[in-house]
Amino acid sequence: MQVEEIANIIDAKVLTDQPDQALEVEYAFSSDLMSDVLTRYYQDTVLITGLANMQAIRTAEMSDIQVLIIARGKKVDTEMIALAEESDIVLLSCEYSVFRISGILHENGIKAIF
Amino acid sequence: MQLQYAIKGGDFVNAGKASSAVKRVLKQLGVPSMLIKRVVIALYEAEVNVAAHAFEGQIDIEINSETITMRLSDRGPGIEDIDKAMEAGYSTASREVREMGFGAGMGLPNIKKNSDSFHLESTPGEGTLLVVENRLTEQC
Repeated sequence: MQVEEIANIIDAKVLTDQPDQALEVEYAFSSDLMSDVLTRYYQDTVLITGLANMQAIRTAEMSDIQVLIIARGKKVDTEMIALAEESDIVLLSCEYSVFRISGILHENGIKAIF
Repeated sequence: MQLQYAIKGGDFVNAGKASSAVKRVLKQLGVPSMLIKRVVIALYEAEVNVAAHAFEGQIDIEINSETITMRLSDRGPGIEDIDKAMEAGYSTASREVREMGFGAGMGLPNIKKNSDSFHLESTPGEGTLLVVENRLTEQC
């Protein structure tokens, strides 16, 4: 699924530059604990989190996660957006809860990591 | 090739900067992607540990045709009981660290998991030394 479609179905705002059209997401992982995120290896994955800070972006970068959804309408500052752009990560902001976002994405064919 | 970075204790805005730089270097060197994942996850966890627990630290990395060796030394409170610190779920992290998404007692075991060789020594009241090595010749 392309980022544009993800943003549409969860009513999210894309905060970073226009994402690469070739970027396709197949899997998702949801966690507020970055230590948990770091215990797995990822590809074509979107991370859904309620943790809005620099370490969420860094964790995505280290984990090769290219799309990050900040849930529950948590405030995303300009430093986070700049770091995401620098790290080639597409950052989305969504008012929905982590559970709701996960449910919608799963319903639309996004698979669980495990 | 040798790389060196400094880490400031308590600086959670810049924690991960060194890992990010190392990731770029390894990509440029054409290191296999699975090995890059393991090295940067181990380094990032270690970098966050120093920022979370120590006053200041230093990262020294040596990359040659066979191995990537990362040495993280810090000046700080040290680790009282290394065996306990290696136990999954054991943590002495502050509330601030937990709010950053860490401090669940998973970092050290994850560093070990992502390295081929792992050495941790500490002098309480002085500091900690972590040396991890990944072999370029081994595929994981």
